[in-house]
Amino acid sequence: MTASARPVPRLHVVTGKGGTGKTSVAAALALALAGPGRRVLLVEVEGRQGIASLFGTAPLGYEERHLASGAGGGEVFGQSVDADEALLDYLAMFYRLGSAGRVLQKFGAIDFATTIAPGLRDILLTGKLKEAVSRTESGRMAYDAVVLDAPPTGRVVKFLNVTVESGRLAKTGPIGKHSRSVARLLHSSQTAVHLVTTPAAMPVQETIDAHRDLMAADLPVGRIIMNKVAGAKTGEVTSEELEAGLARAGIAPDESLVRGLAAEYESARTEIQAVDAYRDRLERLGRPVEELPLLPEGVDLSGLYQLARELRPGGPYED
Amino acid sequence: MRTELDVDALLGNDGKHVIACCGSGGVGKTTTAAALALRAAEVHGRRTVVLTIDPARRLAQSLGMEALDNTPRPVAGVRDGSLDAMMLDMKRTFDEVVASHTTEERAAEIFANPFYQAVSSTFSGTQEYMAMEKLGQLRATGRWDLIVLDTPPSRSALDFLDAPARLARFLDGRVIRLLSASTPGARRSMLSLMGASAAVFTRVFNKVLGGHLLTDVAEFTASLEDTFGGFRKRAEATFRALQDDQTSFLVIAAPEPAAVGEAVYFTRRLTEERMPLDGMILNRLTPLAAGLSAERALGAAAQLEEADADDPVAAVLRTHADLARRRAAEERVAARYEAACPEVPQRWLPSLGVEVVDLEDLRRFGAAAAGVDR
Repeated sequence: MTASARPVPRLHVVTGKGGTGKTSVAAALALALAGPGRRVLLVEVEGRQGIASLFGTAPLGYEERHLASGAGGGEVFGQSVDADEALLDYLAMFYRLGSAGRVLQKFGAIDFATTIAPGLRDILLTGKLKEAVSRTESGRMAYDAVVLDAPPTGRVVKFLNVTVESGRLAKTGPIGKHSRSVARLLHSSQTAVHLVTTPAAMPVQETIDAHRDLMAADLPVGRIIMNKVAGAKTGEVTSEELEAGLARAGIAPDESLVRGLAAEYESARTEIQAVDAYRDRLERLGRPVEELPLLPEGVDLSGLYQLARELRPGGPYED
Repeated sequence: MRTELDVDALLGNDGKHVIACCGSGGVGKTTTAAALALRAAEVHGRRTVVLTIDPARRLAQSLGMEALDNTPRPVAGVRDGSLDAMMLDMKRTFDEVVASHTTEERAAEIFANPFYQAVSSTFSGTQEYMAMEKLGQLRATGRWDLIVLDTPPSRSALDFLDAPARLARFLDGRVIRLLSASTPGARRSMLSLMGASAAVFTRVFNKVLGGHLLTDVAEFTASLEDTFGGFRKRAEATFRALQDDQTSFLVIAAPEPAAVGEAVYFTRRLTEERMPLDGMILNRLTPLAAGLSAERALGAAAQLEEADADDPVAAVLRTHADLARRRAAEERVAARYEAACPEVPQRWLPSLGVEVVDLEDLRRFGAAAAGVDR
């Protein structure tokens, strides 16, 4: 524990351009945060079942379920939050609607309500997150941290800021009041929005744009995570050296093989140089930039724990 | 053995007037759409327009789509034939639809309604619906032989098919009629029809959402119904137009479990809805230039390192082994698609290794998609 004046974030929102691996990073972060005795909730909100397929389990539902042991001995739970269920939940909580809620659902009214009020869907989803973050069980917090596999960078500001927008639109109803309280959490230092990118032009540009938009909306940016970084290899190799080396290793150095290997090596070197340039651009945002390795075989369960270990040292998320 | 997708046969088919590229985010949908459109114009001599949703800035620049005026503009630098391009402005398209169907006065009223402002700019199905509207408009002009459509970056590929109907259902549905009728003035007649349920309904929604929002919605839908009723009808017409065989759907994917999963799901949906699906394009495969197995490369690297731990040739071999393993893992993921949808022709495309930013890059991409040198 450091005597930092800034409270430790408890809600971790993980976003990134499509294809950057934000779901894997969110899952790895949840595993990393689950230190000894800690309980972490990993949530998805778009119904894609990305978490279940990563962990190789049955589809997640609205009920929280144990998912895996954390990298540090804690526990990770998983949940897929659905707006319709969240609205019924909400109605039951505030209006004791119970069975009447089901009738409304049958009538298509729930679908209607989540469709009609712009952003109501997002308010319900973020509201559910707030509930999980602040829930207590037998005198302690139910979860030490909540990690959200958030919508991609293109939509994340709208998703997180919708509570402010609709607080304005639905001025009078309890939804308005509710959304203002959710907005307070999302705009506080209890929340951190982490941006996942890969070392490529478009994802890096989107990360820079998202950072700007998050700042403009006064949403707390956490860390920048450069994912899928290929290993560091340097040094030049001439065709002659390559031919000689292959021959020494007992591989016939025919011309097309030498040309192919040289081309691959050259583009790998270019890629590594590009990584440096991208890191420089990202560091100019003034946030810590963390790197995760590209796993050649793709991300399976053991790969997730490997990524979790990469995210853990120094405990930037726990200090 | 998978069936190869013949891209040139598709682009050159005079009977096809719409090609819609769909898939999840981050699979190279926009790039693919732009490259196919350019190839249709230059190689097949078809008057083509590409309708994109959210192109990367530099690609937008090279296609001359920075004007943002929601109308197709000619792309400069096209060698033969003609290619136009436009970027969809969702709010503007919605405004145009309203303006073209009503009087100036009435349109001004609608534009001023806070609920209209919210729906036209933030509603989650609006972008999909407006892409359909714009497609319909472009088709109606008859100016182009071929329209290539880049579908919106929906949260799932499914939204693209569902959202227009959902928006239409919502704007046209019975719940909204109920609400329109429940505003002061019409309340009594509605109550007698619907009995107590309408009252419960209105009460709950007023409580939850705040009263004035309902009034805005009711006014908004009333004015829409007056002026050009039948949103549902319009959406259905567009949906039907997509089913005819002048349209061609291409599913775009990348060799990642989530993207391939979405591609399979989307293929099933298209088949169920009897949409003409012509193929799948798999982008972003790791390119391999040398034919040497990963195992052999690693073995040779280890052998060289025994003599010299820093042997530079070992580094070259390990680089190749990494690439070969990556490629093999990607192909295993991609094979899931073939297992699930064996009847769909496919085209696998190794990435070009550079970001596709100008017409020359698009030409190379298009040629690779067609499986030819140029």
